[in-house]
Amino acid sequence: MTTPYQQQPQAPAAPQGPPQGHPPVPPPAAQPGPGPQPGPPSGQPGHPGQQPAQQVPPQAPPQGAPFGGFAGGPGYVSPIPVRRTHLGHALAAEWTKIRTVRSTVWTLSIMALLVFGIGFLVTSFTSGSDYRGTSPVTNGLFGLMLGQICVITLGVLVVTSEYGTGLIRTTFTAAPQRHRVLLAKAMVFITVSFTVTTAVCALTALLASGVHSGPEVAEATGEQWAGVTVGAGLYVSLLGLLSLAIGSLLRHSAGAITAMLGLVLLPTIVAPLLMISESMKPLAETMMDYNAVNSLMTIHQVSAGEDGTKQLLVLAGVTLSALIAALAVQDQRDV
Amino acid sequence: MIEAVGLTKRYGAKTAVYNLSFQVRPGTVTGFLGPNGSGKSTTMRMILGLDRPTGGTVTVGGQPFRQTPNAPRQVGALLDAKAVHGGRSARNHLLSLAQLSGIPARRVDEVLGVVGLHDVARKRSKGFSLGMGQRLGIAAALLGDPQVLLFDEPVNGLDPEGILWVRNLMKGLAAEGRTVFVSSHLMSEMALTAEHLIVIGRGQLMADMSVNEFIARNSAGFARVRTPDEPNLREKLTAALAEAGGQVLPEPDGALRVAGLPLPRISDVAHAADVRLWELSPHQASLEEAYMQLTQGAVDYRSTADQRAGWQGGPPAAAGQGPQGGFVPQPGAYQGQPVPAGAPQPQPQNPYAAPYGPPQPAAAPAPASAPVPASAPEATQPDNRDHRDDRDNEDAR
Repeated sequence: MTTPYQQQPQAPAAPQGPPQGHPPVPPPAAQPGPGPQPGPPSGQPGHPGQQPAQQVPPQAPPQGAPFGGFAGGPGYVSPIPVRRTHLGHALAAEWTKIRTVRSTVWTLSIMALLVFGIGFLVTSFTSGSDYRGTSPVTNGLFGLMLGQICVITLGVLVVTSEYGTGLIRTTFTAAPQRHRVLLAKAMVFITVSFTVTTAVCALTALLASGVHSGPEVAEATGEQWAGVTVGAGLYVSLLGLLSLAIGSLLRHSAGAITAMLGLVLLPTIVAPLLMISESMKPLAETMMDYNAVNSLMTIHQVSAGEDGTKQLLVLAGVTLSALIAALAVQDQRDV
Repeated sequence: MIEAVGLTKRYGAKTAVYNLSFQVRPGTVTGFLGPNGSGKSTTMRMILGLDRPTGGTVTVGGQPFRQTPNAPRQVGALLDAKAVHGGRSARNHLLSLAQLSGIPARRVDEVLGVVGLHDVARKRSKGFSLGMGQRLGIAAALLGDPQVLLFDEPVNGLDPEGILWVRNLMKGLAAEGRTVFVSSHLMSEMALTAEHLIVIGRGQLMADMSVNEFIARNSAGFARVRTPDEPNLREKLTAALAEAGGQVLPEPDGALRVAGLPLPRISDVAHAADVRLWELSPHQASLEEAYMQLTQGAVDYRSTADQRAGWQGGPPAAAGQGPQGGFVPQPGAYQGQPVPAGAPQPQPQNPYAAPYGPPQPAAAPAPASAPVPASAPEATQPDNRDHRDDRDNEDAR
């Protein structure tokens, strides 16, 4: 702190201000209070508006006016016309964002490695006679059960990495229409994750069915092919989208990933416990049917019967509700 | 043009910003000052629609920020240099922001050149220094060629060359007719950059005026008086000045510091007392002094001397923090709650810093300092009152 006892070099007054220094004449003696500033009678040079609501007439950008000269109204107008933004802009931005961070590459390649690698191992350590009841196209299932965790992680990170780094404030400053940002994130994410997951699952199934063919191997129907590729891809990417919505609600990476792991894993652990109680049995059976691991098995049609449409619809419903909740909450929150 | 009316923000029981009304006009650099925790960043976030005000409204260019059709083209902001994803390169970060508002990619390279980051454009921003981060943030603010710019502590972490660059950039942007709103803690920097000041303390408006006026109103200026080295002359003059109502303190080098009397009056008194003067010079206060004087009652986080008593065992060394600032009032005991004050009170004036003109009615300065609705002078009251009381005490001495 500078005290008045230290000699001040020169008052760092604003360059164009009125001279403040050595007044040639005193103010009326007994009145230590100074008179008003020289300049406009308003007392605040260049600040004609004393009331905030008062509109100051617009004026051309001032050049060389005293005090830097300013008037109200729109001062500077960019020569480039301003156009209204739309969802397409947000989609392009989110696409740039998702492809330019390493977490996307890492999570998706680990997922691909798990699905294809485990599928490859299973395929190579089995023989045709192992596929009397189940088609070899389901070989990607084991890897996908682990790989879905990677997609969940990516879904969470797409949103929470922005909150964690503070980038979200930059994003929402650049795009105050927050719902558009979240929608674009959701659309870009589900497109990317669905494409990659479906492709990897299809590759694994193609390999397995290519290696194991013959009269004793169970033939996969068209429906089952659809299930192990598009169905599995859709289920896992919906799970990722749910993670994205949960991430947007919780705004915390670790919290959201933990919540999603609990959602995926807990039902398989809790359901057998609930089976003990007779009254809890219906709930336990629902949990058994609709938990993520069992849903994937149903979608892969490991056991004949159901094709997993119900599981997909339930997950789609849950995801949609979470997304709507995230959209609603997001607009109200401070970031 | 940024316009806030009655802006209030509460976080639970804590009121971060209370009834803040101000205008930031185009064509000039407006400084935004206040101690730590006074609500500067909260106010900036409310302007940008990131925080919802508990009460009041704020508009940018006549409309609430969140209704702006293309925000980056109208408002550019640097809030936090670290508000980037460290894993993304500077160019990709700016590219995504550009795409968000339909700005062509070549503009990204343009602003990277403007802030001098083109050499590291493809490096991940995690490795950036604070100064490079600030440059990246400024690049993001400039991206849309906006007419309103907000900068929160833009020179933090910049080297001297960078500080000079930012100063000239701000002035240049304002000279083009843009609205430039800058918060800073560096008073010397503010004095060089800003022409207008908005000062808040504890979330309330304390001043809204030009830099020069601010210094004039809030600085504790004084006159240096030196008498010939003859016996008793100093004592004689001291007595005469004290009689005339001045506050006189001797300086180590033999000069006197006189406050409360205008220079000509000192001369008259000296003449009447038959004392010749070898020096009679005004002391002009700096923006920093003026700021310190205005805000010291509103400082939330104040450091104390490190006594290290716990280590030495003995009683703490005498914490005799004598009056460090002569005529600068000591920190007033601020009462936390806004004091419901009555009539506006005049602020203590510095007779040396103020330009001359016709005498003013006593009550005039306070309302003039706050171009806000009727409640605003109240907002400035608690601190004014503290200063005044202190000043009165000084006068009584």
